[in-house]
Amino acid sequence: MSDKDKKGTKPNTYKFDTLSLHAGYQPHKNAGSRQVPIYQTTSYLFDDVDHAAALFNLERGGHIYSRISNPTVAVLEERVASLEGGTAALATSSGMSAIFLAVMTLCEAGDHLVVSSQLYGGTVNLFRLTLPKFGIKCTFVKPRDTEGFKKAIQKNTKGIFGELVGNPGNEIMNMPEIAKIAHDAGIPLMVDATYQTPYLCKPFEHGADIVIHSLTKWMAGHGSSMAGILVEGGKFDWMQNDKFPTMTAPYEGYHGLSFAEEFGPTAFTMKARAEGMRDFGPCLSPQNAWNVLQGIETLSVRMKKHCSNADEMVKYLSSHESVAWVSHPNVPDHPDHELAKKLLPNGRGSMIAFGIKGGKDAGVAFINNVKLASHLANVGDTRTLVIHPASGTHSQMDEATLKFAGLSHDMIRLSVGIEDIDDIKNDFEIGFRAARKPRLVSNQ
Amino acid sequence: MKFKVDGHEVYASTGGRPFDKNKPLIIFVHGSGLTHMTWVLQTRYFAFHGYSCLALDLPGHGLSGGESLKSIEDMADWISKVIESVGFKEASLVGHSQGCLVTVECTARYPDKIKTLSLMGGAGAIPMNKELLSLAENNDPKAVDLMMDWAHGPAGHFGGHPVPGLYHINTGGMLAKSRTIKNTLGVDFRACDNYKNGFEAAKKIKIPTLSILATDDKMCPVKEGKKLADLIEGSKVDIIDNCGHMMLLEEADRVLKVLKNFITKNYPAKKVIN
Repeated sequence: MSDKDKKGTKPNTYKFDTLSLHAGYQPHKNAGSRQVPIYQTTSYLFDDVDHAAALFNLERGGHIYSRISNPTVAVLEERVASLEGGTAALATSSGMSAIFLAVMTLCEAGDHLVVSSQLYGGTVNLFRLTLPKFGIKCTFVKPRDTEGFKKAIQKNTKGIFGELVGNPGNEIMNMPEIAKIAHDAGIPLMVDATYQTPYLCKPFEHGADIVIHSLTKWMAGHGSSMAGILVEGGKFDWMQNDKFPTMTAPYEGYHGLSFAEEFGPTAFTMKARAEGMRDFGPCLSPQNAWNVLQGIETLSVRMKKHCSNADEMVKYLSSHESVAWVSHPNVPDHPDHELAKKLLPNGRGSMIAFGIKGGKDAGVAFINNVKLASHLANVGDTRTLVIHPASGTHSQMDEATLKFAGLSHDMIRLSVGIEDIDDIKNDFEIGFRAARKPRLVSNQ
Repeated sequence: MKFKVDGHEVYASTGGRPFDKNKPLIIFVHGSGLTHMTWVLQTRYFAFHGYSCLALDLPGHGLSGGESLKSIEDMADWISKVIESVGFKEASLVGHSQGCLVTVECTARYPDKIKTLSLMGGAGAIPMNKELLSLAENNDPKAVDLMMDWAHGPAGHFGGHPVPGLYHINTGGMLAKSRTIKNTLGVDFRACDNYKNGFEAAKKIKIPTLSILATDDKMCPVKEGKKLADLIEGSKVDIIDNCGHMMLLEEADRVLKVLKNFITKNYPAKKVIN
């Protein structure tokens, strides 16, 4: 390590765009295959019984059974960990299973979580209805109520969870401040950063400890494959207090192993895999992992286009006669505009919520008449997607529940794709014209 | 497990098995600024195969108490005290990087206590890049970033961790940042830079010794490792291709295979001591 062996003192580790293409994979270890191979197999040969025992005892690294790990999936895991600046990652069959595994790795019956109220509806149901069946209770707090997170922490609280940008209202959690609240209480902050991808925001740089993605969305990007992932930041000290015996105490399932002592900055992922994947088994298929890897190769290129198109749509909608309001962090009067600039310097994402004049009927007419934009229950596709929550995904909610979820009858959720921007606008004009018709009729 | 040396608490991983005084002892000594966790893919194997393992956190590092020791000689003496503190008269030593300086010096000082010596990414001297040393002593996290860059070969930079899902450079970086950088990495780097006795110590070593070197090691290049090995009587050398300084993680299986063959031959598990 002498001076003559080093040329300058600047790290030459690979940058984001390079990692998007290469991280996690070495061709020379895979028959020279330039593309990541799809290891379509359930299981892996042991060299001998000693090798088998060593793998089961976590004495050595390697693959046993594709429910626990798979070489193609492992490339994806390393790639996302590298992009996020994390120590380790565990890919799952969907974003929901990633959240579930994270919670079950962290909590036991009798534990409590503080959770942002502005979440994807499926996530709300998991925290509100399903986790209580396992004895895990949650307190919901509005994402902008930073002090509310602090007040909601109880003795048995094991973590704070939220979406960085809330679904569908685009409220932004003050991640640095909420991370400080969590850390002052000796608990981790878990952030679902699906809407951002690591191209727009790296939550570990703002204090998050566990990052979760539905890879199905922008990361994969093409609307073809379900996948999720949890990523570990590696900074959280599980041994700082006695709140996390499942991480620190000897674990009977592995000969008294203490995950925190043995694996330190990767302890959470090791436990989530060794226990969670073993017992719950929401594994990602190698084919879907490969599909997601293809998407990640062009992540930065796509995200730039998603964001520039979204910016154009914000301007277009903001000045449109048929639009009552527009919610996107780029709108100057958005309550979190300044926070968004700080947390999302590369772009504020491509999710827009807007209110259509004419309320629910107009919303239905708009959705039924656009041709290019797809009406479906997904976001983050390369194609433009729209949905009218009050008549679709949330149609069974009563008024109070709609209001609590930040929804209104006139709201349309727009996931801006990467088509030509003029074509998107022209399509919306068709939708808006149709939306105005019922009102014209009723006025006569 | 935890025990005390010089009045300070010492943490050592026992590789996932209870510490057993009736099994031969292997002590693993980590590199600059790192912790016992670098050895996880060696210690667990030996612990499950008839050995008592101690992957130490040096004083002031990882989960150990006290302050970091300021010289390689002090660390060598401290290893000798560890052997006594856990009730043993002898041990096999395995060192990585700075740990090689420590274990070479310890073996030279305490020839009756040390039965085999395994060196990974070792050299007779590790003079430090002055800017890197300054960054570490000034608590600048850039020192860790530079160390992680230079310490890793293709597996570290591209990926392909033997444990599915783990990413080398970020994991190593987080280990090195787990305590205050200037108090661990800064003190360790200065100790390495000051140490001048490696080649003389090597000449005194008469026990079975193995050097595992890696072709892409920028921190302790193969030629430096060979210089040291040439001075140790009967020393074996094994060179791993396409691998960097963090060979114990980057090519954990290949390292384990070489280490296993060497230790089981020269310090067999069936041998009951103490």
